[in-house]
Amino acid sequence: MIALRHVSKTFDGRRALDDVSLTVPSGTTHVLLGSTGSGKSTILKIILGLLRPDAGEVQVEPATRIGYVVQDGALYPHLTAARNATLPARAAGWSDARQAARLDALAGLVGLDGPLLDRYPHQLSGGQRQRTGLLRALMLDPPVLLLDEPLGSLDPISRADLQAHLVAIIADLHKTVIVVTHDVREAFVFGAGITLLSAGRVVQQGTFADLARRPAEPFVAEFLRAQAPPPAMTQYL
Amino acid sequence: MSRSAVVVVIGTLLAVTACAASRSTAPTIRVGSKSFTESYIVAEIVAQIIDDTGEARAERRLGLGGTGIVFTALANGDIDVYPEYTGTIAQTILKEPATTSIGGLRERLQARGLVLSAPLGFDNTYALAVRRDTASRLGVRTISDLARHPELTAAFDAGFLERDDGWPGLRRHYALRLADVRVMEHALTYPALVSGRVDVIDVFSTDGQLARLDLALLRDDRGFFPDYSAVLLGRRALVERFPRTWAALEQRLAGRIDTAAMVRLNAAADVEHRPFADVASTFLGRTAPARPHDRQLARLTLEHLWLVIVSLAVAIVVGLPLGIAAARRPRLAQIELMGVSVLQTIPGLALLAFMIPLFGIGQVPALVALCLYALLPIVRNTVAGLASLDPRLVEMTAVLGVRGWRRLAWIELPLASITIMAGIKTSAVLTVGTATLAAFIGGGGYGTLIVTGLALNDVRTILAGAIPSALMALAIHAAFEALDRVLVPRALRLATASD
Repeated sequence: MIALRHVSKTFDGRRALDDVSLTVPSGTTHVLLGSTGSGKSTILKIILGLLRPDAGEVQVEPATRIGYVVQDGALYPHLTAARNATLPARAAGWSDARQAARLDALAGLVGLDGPLLDRYPHQLSGGQRQRTGLLRALMLDPPVLLLDEPLGSLDPISRADLQAHLVAIIADLHKTVIVVTHDVREAFVFGAGITLLSAGRVVQQGTFADLARRPAEPFVAEFLRAQAPPPAMTQYL
Repeated sequence: MSRSAVVVVIGTLLAVTACAASRSTAPTIRVGSKSFTESYIVAEIVAQIIDDTGEARAERRLGLGGTGIVFTALANGDIDVYPEYTGTIAQTILKEPATTSIGGLRERLQARGLVLSAPLGFDNTYALAVRRDTASRLGVRTISDLARHPELTAAFDAGFLERDDGWPGLRRHYALRLADVRVMEHALTYPALVSGRVDVIDVFSTDGQLARLDLALLRDDRGFFPDYSAVLLGRRALVERFPRTWAALEQRLAGRIDTAAMVRLNAAADVEHRPFADVASTFLGRTAPARPHDRQLARLTLEHLWLVIVSLAVAIVVGLPLGIAAARRPRLAQIELMGVSVLQTIPGLALLAFMIPLFGIGQVPALVALCLYALLPIVRNTVAGLASLDPRLVEMTAVLGVRGWRRLAWIELPLASITIMAGIKTSAVLTVGTATLAAFIGGGGYGTLIVTGLALNDVRTILAGAIPSALMALAIHAAFEALDRVLVPRALRLATASD
């Protein structure tokens, strides 16, 4: 379970988070939805312990390991995909054999073929880099997985491809997952629970149906509508 | 080139230079000299007599610098003997201008564990020179005669014009008046005199130019100029350990080189551009030995390489941790960078001079000074390389549990390696050039030829040191380019190139 209670955070006098409370039960997936600067990535960094909140409490259970995937993967350019992926296992002192076995088991899951693992990041496509980042995040089998705009830098086709794949993987693994996105359709696809943020404030929490049917403020309806395809377009698709 | 091949090449280089740099165990007598022609020649004569006697092998530490440096070297035991002048001993070393007799000087020096030879015969003091035709036309033979010709003009070297034992004292002593006295660079006063622009110039009594030009020296008839008789100044331990050698030096040199002879020897080097060793051999009545010039160049190359490799290696071992520590603490970075930048602003010769009281002369102080010089690019590039890493990549290390030395060795140093290697490369090339200064304090290397060439005012000898030094800088640059391919991760180079 992940819980934030009345968390606030200020950067250089600017309120990044304002009294944010959030509960994600174990084994469920939650989406943080909002535009750039709404504070959703800051929430992830506070959960990871990379930032300390100015006020409020953070609870992560079990407080062991957290997998973290960011936009474009944040891979180390001097290491192959395989070395990037096994980095946390090496740091944890795993034997080479154990690393290799785990790599084998996960490569199929995230959809990376053997030869691709020997390539360096600059030799991989955006989607392959993202899959490598996911592979690295899953290496130590963490109970909690945080995905920050995991599809953000991909072209539409690889995006749709990886999106479907991610949903399937998450459903398979029964982890506690938080996905950060600005994309309403992604929020719809991933999340049972959605938190809509604006300027560091929680605007509404609930299912997609809750947000769509019972918007807490006019902003909610406005936000959802802004990204909806024009109704006339759907008849062609 | 594979990683192991590079390791083998570097290992071999280190081994070879180490062998070359280690001294053989036969007893040696270290002969020093100041950095001007006469001092080189007399020291070379001394060295050859030592070798002839066979008690010990002469080790030449020639062209060390001025009186301060060479005397300090003798006092510290870095050299055993060097040619000096009685006037300099009294005024500059003992600071007792009144002590002028050999006996008096011996007594004072004995207290410091030093010995003085009998005078060699020549006196290198200031003198006034006029053209021979002027001298005969005006009937001027002595400085007193000059007082009767206030219409004459003179050109003096700046030093002579200001020193109390130069023109100011001389003018008072002889009540001289001249129509015009101007200051000129010493080397240019000769053509001025020969072409008739001036009538009187100051010279050193043993100057080699005197043999070439038809000049008359005016006799110091009222004894103004102090006595600068040449002597050998040595350590008492030398006399005690090698009595036969000291006796041979006394016997073959005392009173054997008069002023006219010294003028000819200086002329052989300065005017005819003959090597010091040849001039010395000729004086000792031998035909000049064929100079093993190639072997000398090979030896200097190894010495130079040794200076560069050792100082660079130490600078890396010291500079990398300094840079890493500074990258973690911005305050420390400021202090460190200020420190190494200040070191860089100290002129090379001054830094070497500071080393002498601490480490004496020779390779050790040269290596220390070179290390200090090599630090700046290494420290600065390490700090810059680590500070400019992508913060997202650094942040991710904490999430992945990569901490401490692993974060440094696995992530940060490889990512910063291009910048760090660029700093080391800059440092290496700079050190090849700076290492030529080592010769000024007896550190050896290509600078030995440059110092000799400067003393002789011989461009060819200077180039014989400067060109190999430039070639070595190019070679080292190329070697580091090759090393880059091994040490900078291949993917990083390609990723950076495609950005």
